[in-house]
Amino acid sequence: MLEMTPATSTERTALKINPAKTCQPVGAMYAALGVHGCLPHSHGSQGCCAYHRSHLTRHFKEPIMASTSSFTEGSSVFGGMANLQQAVSTIFEMYDPEIIAVHTTCLSETIGDDIPTIIGKCQNEGKIPEGKVIVHANTPSYVGFHVTGFSNMVKGFVKYLAASTGRRSEAVNLIPGWVEPSDMAELKRYTAAFNLPTIMLPDTSSVLDAPATGEHSFYPKGGTTVAQIRAMGDARHTLALGAWASSDAAELLTKQCEVPHEVLDLPIGLAATDRFISALAKLTGTAVPQGIEDERGRLVDVINDMHQYLGGKKVAIWGDPDQVIALTEFCRDMDMKPVHVLTGGNGQAFEERIKAILADSVPGANVKQQGDLFLMHQWIKKEPVDLMIGTTYGKFISRAEDIPLVRFGWPILDRVGHSYFPSVGYTGGLRLATQLISAIQERQDRDAPDHAFELVM
Amino acid sequence: MKLISERSKQVVTAGDARAVVCDRPSVAGSVTQRACTFCGSRVVLYPIGDALHLVHGPVGCAAYTWDIRGALSSGMQLHRNSFNTDIRETEVIFGGEKKLARALRELIPVHRPKAAFVYATCLTGVIGDDVEAVCRGAAAEFGIPVIPVQSEGFRGTKKHGYSAACAALTQLIGTGDTAGIGPLSVNILGDFNIAGEIWTIKGYLERMGVEVVASMTGDGRVDDIRRAHGAKLNIVQCAGSMTSLARMMQEKYGIPYVQVSFFGLEDCAAALYEVARHFADQAVLERTRALVREETAAVLPVMAELRRDLEGKVAALYVGGAFKAFSLVKALRQLGMRVAMAGTQTGAQADYEHLKELCDAGTILADDSNPLEMAAWLAERDVDLFIGGVKERPVAYKLGIGFCDHNHERKIGLAGFVGMAAFAREVHATVMSPVWKLVPRRARASGAQP
Repeated sequence: MLEMTPATSTERTALKINPAKTCQPVGAMYAALGVHGCLPHSHGSQGCCAYHRSHLTRHFKEPIMASTSSFTEGSSVFGGMANLQQAVSTIFEMYDPEIIAVHTTCLSETIGDDIPTIIGKCQNEGKIPEGKVIVHANTPSYVGFHVTGFSNMVKGFVKYLAASTGRRSEAVNLIPGWVEPSDMAELKRYTAAFNLPTIMLPDTSSVLDAPATGEHSFYPKGGTTVAQIRAMGDARHTLALGAWASSDAAELLTKQCEVPHEVLDLPIGLAATDRFISALAKLTGTAVPQGIEDERGRLVDVINDMHQYLGGKKVAIWGDPDQVIALTEFCRDMDMKPVHVLTGGNGQAFEERIKAILADSVPGANVKQQGDLFLMHQWIKKEPVDLMIGTTYGKFISRAEDIPLVRFGWPILDRVGHSYFPSVGYTGGLRLATQLISAIQERQDRDAPDHAFELVM
Repeated sequence: MKLISERSKQVVTAGDARAVVCDRPSVAGSVTQRACTFCGSRVVLYPIGDALHLVHGPVGCAAYTWDIRGALSSGMQLHRNSFNTDIRETEVIFGGEKKLARALRELIPVHRPKAAFVYATCLTGVIGDDVEAVCRGAAAEFGIPVIPVQSEGFRGTKKHGYSAACAALTQLIGTGDTAGIGPLSVNILGDFNIAGEIWTIKGYLERMGVEVVASMTGDGRVDDIRRAHGAKLNIVQCAGSMTSLARMMQEKYGIPYVQVSFFGLEDCAAALYEVARHFADQAVLERTRALVREETAAVLPVMAELRRDLEGKVAALYVGGAFKAFSLVKALRQLGMRVAMAGTQTGAQADYEHLKELCDAGTILADDSNPLEMAAWLAERDVDLFIGGVKERPVAYKLGIGFCDHNHERKIGLAGFVGMAAFAREVHATVMSPVWKLVPRRARASGAQP
């Protein structure tokens, strides 16, 4: 299917081929699913909501509940106020959420619907039952990419709900970034190991990895509660993981509630996890628990034991900026050579950061923000790699060029496990490292001639 | 089960005198399973493998429709790539026409497609891009048909998208040379070659001695579609999406059409006989009889064996169009199963009346349903099998109920006689799977767990 990809790049100024990103609203929907009792609401045409639900379902293999304003030709001319008002009534009558998280779409943004005004109107007309809330985020599809939408929605929750009562609590806010439910659970395990009271927003664990009971729970038991989000304003500190996904909400907490914040990389891989763990140690003023030290030791042990398989291996990495930055550093630390590194998202800082990480080990690496998988394929054709790390969409290139692919990031449409086993932290790093090692070893076994086919590796 | 009050007339039970109120937009705020106009156009045109499909809009519309439909192609796979103008804020302010023109210029000389479809989206619609003018310019420049698809999402539901896709196809039809097309010739409309189904159907027609001129759009080719007006009959399989095209071809080219379904033994046989009878050719009729006899004989023992286990099991279905629902109700009955609920996204009133006649009294009939309702019905009626699409699958599994995808994500062809056997096997495999007994609710019901 990719036989049409030429190795020589031609200038493209108006065109994306095989994108490495998607649009803001789906990120807003994912973030909102991490709030307990929340119904994400898509203010736009029906298709947006259907597509986002389908795509999230394909990734998580879970039912995804979200409502839509069901725009019509009329709404696109006269505005979507009536639709949103009707939607609010319908939602509270039928689905009885604690909170509705409205996100906009390119359509409602372009026609200029003013969501706060509409929410205010609903409030005045008594459409919002006692104790229930509506928040919103502006998520135009023509600005940023899916992680921007995630960031904007998290910021929206903070903006509407977080308030300072003047009394500081012992709690620390943790904004986990766009990671899997399994990762969110793992992050909570770490803060619990430090006995650090933590409010994590959002938290999709026990929502998008809900157990099978035989009942369909419209609002599964997980998720950050509205009360917790309100209490974020009194926290003593905010840790934001991943600059693209989390820094905006953390900054707003500082501005709105004077909660100091720091932005760290996603704790994927050894060095980034070290930085996260030392931040926890500093915040609690305690030593790193022995159990966590041991986990670190196991990760280092496996990296050392297997270094001959990963050392010098060329790798291509793509995905969301926060993930790719952490992965690139991890691969570099394991002596791999990330020669092609790309994100579909935007931000010059991405290229600068990757180049800094690779300055000594792969100074000539191809690095690009706002890239697409057509470009990645062209890079790989010109300089082949031993391994690819990225989303399911890489499987076409993997097949065309016969290069193993380790699936990582969002979306993964064709495998399971990502939502159940973490990639963050030392244990997550161990899982990632074993995935990479296995992929290389499988390939070595497959390609080895009989005489060199090894029983012990 | 509590319904959204506005929806109460959209749900009835068979045996009830009330008519289903349908063909109306979803209530704002509902968790509808429906999609938009763009989605409708995209799924209908997407399978044309040697055309360029360019989504003029923001990245999402392109990303979500990138190779999600298992529409197989026997040759070129250009359609499986995602081409997009990736509209940004600058274009929202200054217009996206220039970017669209550049995109076509960057694409057509490189990939040399036989034709290009340019899909308008909500965004390019509302900023007022003149997609048609840009397409005209590109067509003149490159000498291939460059066809605008008026698929702005807000125009309505998928149904409107189907019409927009049909309108786009009409711009191709009639532009090719019809020389050499025989009197026993047909087009297939509304089969999208999911899991290779159109190859099964074409195989039957060939054995009957009937020539297939163009398939629209499964495994479709631009040049075939251009000469589709030379065929003597249109066979419409997915009535919802393609009847408007068939009507247009009847008016403009005098080509009659038949609405058929190739799902299930009864309907498949009826479809082939209808085609044969249309041509009133004794040899074709003889060959059709032989074919149906032979194929049915091969499938019946398989079904009889599977039926032993499935007898009395209960099914629910929620599908796009009503014709599929009719076929499924009949096919399930052949397997000894009862249908407790049947719903569609786009059924018309007459369709629901027909469904009422087909279904046992008490069967719930729902237009434009949502997961809350469906989950409640599935549990209430203690259903063993749910048939639907991507958004329905996890609801079934959460309830511990077998599932069969009868939409884009089906992996095994379900059309034709062999398809019925495959369907029976798939239904049997999922309904009889021991894994549902692991789910607490079903375990309790079966007495396996306190």
